[in-house]
Amino acid sequence: MTVTSLADIAPHHLAPGRGGGGPAPTRIVVAYGFWIFLLSDIILFSGLFAAYAVLANSTARGPTGQQLFDLNTVFIETMALLVSSYTAGLAMLSAEWQHRSRFFVFAALTFVLGAAFVGIEISEFAGMVSEGAGPSRSAFLSAFFTLVGTHGAHVTTGLLWLLYMVAQVAVKGLRPAILQRLLCFSLFWHALDIVWVGVFTLVYLFGVR
Amino acid sequence: MLGHGILHLHDRAPGVRHEESTVDFLTYTAGLGFAIVLTIVSFVIVKTNLLWGPGIPVGLIVLAFAQIGVHLVFFLHMGTGPDHTNNVVALTFGMMICFLVITGSLVIMTNLNANMMDMPHPLR
Repeated sequence: MTVTSLADIAPHHLAPGRGGGGPAPTRIVVAYGFWIFLLSDIILFSGLFAAYAVLANSTARGPTGQQLFDLNTVFIETMALLVSSYTAGLAMLSAEWQHRSRFFVFAALTFVLGAAFVGIEISEFAGMVSEGAGPSRSAFLSAFFTLVGTHGAHVTTGLLWLLYMVAQVAVKGLRPAILQRLLCFSLFWHALDIVWVGVFTLVYLFGVR
Repeated sequence: MLGHGILHLHDRAPGVRHEESTVDFLTYTAGLGFAIVLTIVSFVIVKTNLLWGPGIPVGLIVLAFAQIGVHLVFFLHMGTGPDHTNNVVALTFGMMICFLVITGSLVIMTNLNANMMDMPHPLR
């Protein structure tokens, strides 16, 4: 008897990768592995969040969050990152639909919004340091710069990765391997936005209250 | 790919939907809309007196979790289907670790601070 289709050997309730029908496709395995990495990255952030939450009131009689944070700039920052997450999603969709020029447009929008976010954050940091509220001023500020700075470093890395992906698409086109890498990039970018929700709530909104 | 008829057999990658259609575009747009509304509400309740003072932290935490949920469902396309089991199990484990690290640190440090003797002011 010959096996004619996968449905003959794999019952419908068994997905590949869980024992039925052989190993899962590369795309699934790669994205799942990257998902595990992202979760480990979020656990790294949870340590920084815990440190910040513990040290938020240890200002050593220096400036407090209420004196330092400006909610209007934080709101603009938040919107820039949120919309960039949206455009990154649309860039990924355009890539999957093989719309190359549309992919470039959305990737460019994502880059501009992400760069605006990093720019605002750098000017905020520079302003705080010039006021004498640098990371060495108090435990609160050390924890603040570590948490927000680590997030900013991730976004900067994401921007470099995005440039690299655009170059790959420009040179090699939207091949399956490139789509896989783009999928990882978009997961990374969305995860950074999720971390930022925690940052603007715990650090800035709780800080100015 | 082996053909369309058996696609539903596969596991699903996080961030991926199988039926590529305009539904995806609408999903992202709806997610952006929800996320913007939740962000604006969090900023508004901090800046105004709409919410009873002591209720603001609870409100902020609820809004943050709601927004994280929106991001997971609409941007990362997390679902409850069998093709998502692996992704959701990993996510749940990650969330559990985060919860333990953050609340554990807070509980332990609050206890330690409560057991501390009063310090002269410059040391605090």
